[in-house]
Amino acid sequence: MKTQINVCINGQERTDEVESRLLLIHYLREVVGLKGPHIGCETSICGACTVALNGKTVKSCALLAVQADGQDIVTVEGLATDGQLHPVQEAFWNEHGLQCGFCTPGMLMTTRELIERNPDPTDEEIRHGLEGNLCRCTGYQHIVNAVKSAAAKVGG
Amino acid sequence: METTVTKKTERLIGKPIRRREDPRLITGTATYVEDIELPGMHYAAVVRSPHPAADIKGIDTRAAEQHPGVVAVYTGKDIDHLGAVPCGISLPDLRIPHHHLLAQDRVYYVGHPVAVVVAGDRYIAADAVDLVEVEYEPTDSVSEPEEALEAGAPAVHAEWPDNVAFTHHQEGGDIEKAFAEADVIVKERIVSQRLAPSAMEPRGTVASWNSGDETLTVYSSTQIPHILRTLMAGVLGLPEHKLRVIAPEVGGGFGSKCELYPEEALTAFIAMKIGKPVKWVLTRRDEFLATIHGRGHIDYYELAAKKDGTMLGLRVKIIQDVGSFHMLLTPAMPTLSVLMLPGLYRFKNVHADVVGVFTHRMATDLYRGAGRPEATHGIERMVEVLAAELKMDPVELRIKNFVPPSDFPYDTPMGVSYDSGNYKAILEKAVETVGYSQLRQEQQEARRQGRLMGIGIATYGEICAFGPSPALPTGGWESATVKIEPSGQVTVMTGVSPHGQGSQTTFSQIAADELGVDIDDIVVTHGDTSTVQHGVGTFGSRNTAVGGTALVLAIRELKEKIETYGAMLLESDDVTYGAGVCTCNKTGKTVTLGEIAMTSWTGPTYPANTQPGLVATNYWEPPNFAFPFGAHIVVSEVDPDTGEVAISRYLAVDDCGKVINPLLVDGQVHGGVAQGLGQALYEQVVYDDTGQLVTGEYMDYALPKAAMVPTIETDRTETPSPVNPLGVKGVGEAGTIAASPAVVNSVVDALSHLGVRHIDMPLTPEKIWKLVQQGGSA
Ligand code: FES
Ligand code: FES
Repeated sequence: MKTQINVCINGQERTDEVESRLLLIHYLREVVGLKGPHIGCETSICGACTVALNGKTVKSCALLAVQADGQDIVTVEGLATDGQLHPVQEAFWNEHGLQCGFCTPGMLMTTRELIERNPDPTDEEIRHGLEGNLCRCTGYQHIVNAVKSAAAKVGG
Repeated sequence: METTVTKKTERLIGKPIRRREDPRLITGTATYVEDIELPGMHYAAVVRSPHPAADIKGIDTRAAEQHPGVVAVYTGKDIDHLGAVPCGISLPDLRIPHHHLLAQDRVYYVGHPVAVVVAGDRYIAADAVDLVEVEYEPTDSVSEPEEALEAGAPAVHAEWPDNVAFTHHQEGGDIEKAFAEADVIVKERIVSQRLAPSAMEPRGTVASWNSGDETLTVYSSTQIPHILRTLMAGVLGLPEHKLRVIAPEVGGGFGSKCELYPEEALTAFIAMKIGKPVKWVLTRRDEFLATIHGRGHIDYYELAAKKDGTMLGLRVKIIQDVGSFHMLLTPAMPTLSVLMLPGLYRFKNVHADVVGVFTHRMATDLYRGAGRPEATHGIERMVEVLAAELKMDPVELRIKNFVPPSDFPYDTPMGVSYDSGNYKAILEKAVETVGYSQLRQEQQEARRQGRLMGIGIATYGEICAFGPSPALPTGGWESATVKIEPSGQVTVMTGVSPHGQGSQTTFSQIAADELGVDIDDIVVTHGDTSTVQHGVGTFGSRNTAVGGTALVLAIRELKEKIETYGAMLLESDDVTYGAGVCTCNKTGKTVTLGEIAMTSWTGPTYPANTQPGLVATNYWEPPNFAFPFGAHIVVSEVDPDTGEVAISRYLAVDDCGKVINPLLVDGQVHGGVAQGLGQALYEQVVYDDTGQLVTGEYMDYALPKAAMVPTIETDRTETPSPVNPLGVKGVGEAGTIAASPAVVNSVVDALSHLGVRHIDMPLTPEKIWKLVQQGGSA
């Protein structure tokens, strides 16, 4: 059973016929071809699949593609504009906020919303704000630094 | 053609430059295995055993085969002509069960691959897994290694009813004498629990068969592409030169991707069978079931000492939970522990017995630290137990027993030679930085208020930079090729296979300094057996020390050739190369590296007895390991009402030799500490009494989240290693090795006045709460 969905992904409208059981993460990766969002658990714990749905971060492994019908999605590929890295991307790069990079697309998307909601977060607020994103490599410290530095840049 | 090489004088080694690999990773454009798309891709999904031990009475694949979209189903009989999953270790009495890619007539652990389903769609493949009917007849199983050793325990492999997989004995000095002369002997049973390495990218493989020229291309999430190629060619019976292995972007490994797993070879086998590319990627659930686990030690320690604190000797019995089969290096894990049993201390009498035990569980093998965390945890716990027994300050006790700086290189009773170090200096630095005596006063005050505050110290020495070839079944050398392109740009090909370490950056820094060129003119590539010379790979904190040295030596060889060409172009035999130009020492005339490179490739003439082109390859065999060391101090507080541990300070002072990039070294320390702390406080793989894996998802396995890890203060001393020209040691595993004893020591210290001497990991609130409630006696 296929259903038609209309979505706007990274600023581009598109229409697709999808199986009703297709997960949003698989839709993004395999139908749309956006390989930025990753699959680390498929149980909505690790956050590697995090994208923004109408500006709010969601785990795209926990949604069906059909649930995104009529909505606006931004993935990590949509963060940079006109070849300019988003301040969050710059901050992760400058602060060495990633090692293997597998968690990074999700971390970036979560951070974007985190500093939007709280432009001057404390370390503790950052650590709690990142609760839905696991990283096995960094021990989180450089990620916390990156979030702070991105917040300073965006806010200041 | 224009030459673009810019000359450079600023040195980059030692600078915190941001990483060269990051642009692709922060924009979502990196390509991990699962991102690879090939035309006609098929998907494989594995049917796994739900039983820890059972006979397979029959497998009915008809329903799966008839399911629309399914292309094939394979079971044990289809692959019994293929080779076994390899174990690369030899020990005199090692027992190696034949480890088929798919179970034959029995299953040996929950998750054991029984069949594999192939479909043109990943959802259909997953559906069809449920349609494979396997008739099992469960038999008794044994999950705990000490139970497996008991007489009458179910035999994991019928041919070896005692469940002993191997034994290993090593000793140095005279242990009987040491214990006879001792004033005190402290004893403890210390467990290093099973852990899930848990790289965020699950394992996966894509294989593609070209039937025209009979070549196979395999993309795999691996730390060892070159070794994987040799092993896989052997298993498949394919000529090695017809197999190309590519490690694309790899999302972490921590040792768990240092294997040939059954599914990797199965994916390749299926691609050859169906003539279509095949993708197989583990779900997280299967990752917990069927990726190797780390640790799995039960150790019995006895430490003998004089009453003034002089340590005399250590007797250790190690019980290593092997699981049901050996993976590539499984039996080596506890032998590595044995090498590091004495830690940083100068006693000469050590006696170690190891027994590897088969259990009905997934195999254990390399996980960050691989044998050294267990040993360090043991000795650093025992030092604390001794300090408590003698009522000595643990700092003082350690310093009294350290190998002094004048004794390096220091030959240990375990037959290795520590390269360089100053253990007292690093502990004193940590003690001073953390304000140790002040903290002890605060602790007194806290106790008066009824608060449970603890200060934990751990010092460690690590054997890394693997390593001299006699110590490794793979060979311990590493390779580098450096090529100056006609335009003057530099291509480096390294045999290591980084997957988060940032070696493209550190190797670029090294090459930029050695060649005196701009870092933007350097590209570092790795991980493709068709384009990169043979290499060994990334594990055992070896990239920079071994791979980086091969790079330096290749460049040094190349520089001689650059000067030969420079001499020809400058018409002088007195020239020197540096900072991107070759200079005539008499006239001061110069010629750039770009001009030299162009001449070397395009002529028209070449120096006598000199081949065209600027390429050099070096294979470097290290004469010894390197031995980083450090001191970590943790301040923690236990909540008596909940048993929860809060860490208020974590200080890591490490010495990893010369530092190439301090930003990356800090990152390695942070990440390593988080994993060691994860073991200390949160993580454990649990199999229940019936052999079922209880911790099968992140819901059940407490991987540290950001709020569960404290801020880590880092500092360093820098003692160059004499083993390699860069003076580097290695830092990939150090944090993990130091963190578990540092954290546990702090919590035991917090409860020491209640009489607590030891607590096994993980220090769950329940465990701690009970101890507090019972006034210290568990
Ligand atoms: S893949 Fe979605 S949260 Fe892990
Ligand atoms: S950078 Fe590897 S998981 Fe976060």
